Amino acid sequence: MMEISHDLLVYVAKTHGLFYLVGFSILTLIYCYWPSNKKRFDKAAKSVLNDEDGPCL
Amino acid sequence: MVLNLTRSERQGAMIVAVLLSLVGLVMTLFGADGYFSTHGFIIMLAGMGTVFLVGRGYDAPEPSDERLAHYYDDPVKAGVILAMFWAVFAMFVGDWVAWLLAYPDMTFDAAWASFGRLRPVHTTGVIFGFGGNALIATSFYVMQRTCRARLPDQLSPWFVILGYNLFCILSVSGYFMGITQSKEYAEAEWYADIWLVVVWVVYFLLYLRTLQRRNEPHIYVANWYYLAFIVVVAMLHIVNNLALPVSWFGAKSYTIYSGVQDAMIQWWYGHNAVAFFLTSGFLGMMYYFLPKRANRPIFSYRLSIISFWGITFSYIWVGSHHLHYTALPHWVQTLGVTFSIILLVPSWASAGNALLTLNGAWDKVRDDATLRFMMVAAVFYGLTTFEGSFMAIRPVNSLSHYTDWTVAHVHAGTLGWVSMISYGAFYAMVPWIWKQKKMFSPRLVEVHFWLSVAGTFIYVFAMWNSGIIQGLMWRTYNDVGTLSYSFIDSMVAMHPYYIARAFGGFLFLLGACVGLYNIWKTMKVRTPAMVSDPSRPLPVAGVAAGSVEAGE
Repeated sequence: MMEISHDLLVYVAKTHGLFYLVGFSILTLIYCYWPSNKKRFDKAAKSVLNDEDGPCL
Repeated sequence: MVLNLTRSERQGAMIVAVLLSLVGLVMTLFGADGYFSTHGFIIMLAGMGTVFLVGRGYDAPEPSDERLAHYYDDPVKAGVILAMFWAVFAMFVGDWVAWLLAYPDMTFDAAWASFGRLRPVHTTGVIFGFGGNALIATSFYVMQRTCRARLPDQLSPWFVILGYNLFCILSVSGYFMGITQSKEYAEAEWYADIWLVVVWVVYFLLYLRTLQRRNEPHIYVANWYYLAFIVVVAMLHIVNNLALPVSWFGAKSYTIYSGVQDAMIQWWYGHNAVAFFLTSGFLGMMYYFLPKRANRPIFSYRLSIISFWGITFSYIWVGSHHLHYTALPHWVQTLGVTFSIILLVPSWASAGNALLTLNGAWDKVRDDATLRFMMVAAVFYGLTTFEGSFMAIRPVNSLSHYTDWTVAHVHAGTLGWVSMISYGAFYAMVPWIWKQKKMFSPRLVEVHFWLSVAGTFIYVFAMWNSGIIQGLMWRTYNDVGTLSYSFIDSMVAMHPYYIARAFGGFLFLLGACVGLYNIWKTMKVRTPAMVSDPSRPLPVAGVAAGSVEAGE
């Protein structure tokens, strides 16, 4: 079994951890600014203003 | 409440209640110590009370299918009332311990009245009792509206809300008796922790089942925040509370972690309790109720998504900033500092998003105390997250840590942000769920608002002052190189601030009492709206009608 040493954790955090953070941030931004998502987001933002009628049956 | 359950739901409720009574009975009879038996007895009482309650309405006719055309708000109502009762109780205890710090002799020589026992009663009561019930109640409300779907059944929401409160009662009664596993904000012992896991899993499944029934293609962002709250709290609770009980019938257990690992796990839990219990869920509340009350869509939906992922991703790493200058490896401390500073971006994105939503509706903020509650909450959220990132920096922390500055920071967050957004959401939601045009007394909402604001300011300023004075007194050296002040000198210097703090807390408590009274009276008002044709969904006082009510 590979030993989980202090040095190994530092190495993972400083390399893969960094790329994970940057990659994840880029993916989130792509999702947010993907042009075809805009309509859906606008609709969702407005839809909460009128939702008291009851569930859709 | 039982009358609205179907036959099979009544049977289900009966089975759960009988099982609970039996578990309680076994715990009472075989408890190895008085603590365990007492808790068994409380569980048995809860179970038998439910058996009695369900039994009374068991043979009543079943509710008609007409109910399916409406949202199911009975558990929401119960959650609101329970939250307000917990608020009054736990803030009372909080103010009590505040006076106790100013006048330490007030313990009456009774163990249960000592600071060490009353303090977790206060923290658990406000965080889990008040905050938790507010989160569960509003999440039931929000998930139904944003999914345009009724809750999938009527039994599991009751199981969640009542089961959760049983956990809170077990915790708080345990602290009075002296039970604790000595983990901050996780003091409850192993059997209560296991019960919370059961309740939490049902809560999570209930949320997923409602989402599955949704009639909206996109899941509104408030639900993301609520779900992050549920998922991460489950993860934190389970990992931090892993412990070995001394016996299966005794209250005491020992954590499986030791030394610095224990400290790190505890503060990974502790800070993420702040992040996912006291922030994520309440942001869900804000992203629903603030646009709704202001009758304007959120300023930027995209920004709300970016801040969601930012908060979810960054918060997980910051716990180590609670352990600066300890045996924790230096790089782990630095990692905590780094993420604490990165966190400022998504936090301010949310606070800014809320305030920009109000841009153009400031007249409503001026006239409507309910919306003003939410506005002040957003401001305090911004302030507190800035302060938190600042305090996480190692040299700043060397001044602030172990002082009342930390207490000021926490209360700016809990009074200024968490409580204010909850009150705002409640005052918006209460008339809607009880089918009223407005709160019983808009003027009392105004009174509550000003009591809360005054109380928060007095509290936070007193603790900022005392915290910084403490920090400086503890690091002032004389010419010989020894400390200028003894610890007791710093305590004497704190006395006036402790009185001011207790007074600020008293104002905040008074506000909670006013709020409970107002909600109670709103619930009891009988207006013509309540006797309208039951076959149609009731016309609900929407935002347009409700937004000016508090200014009347």
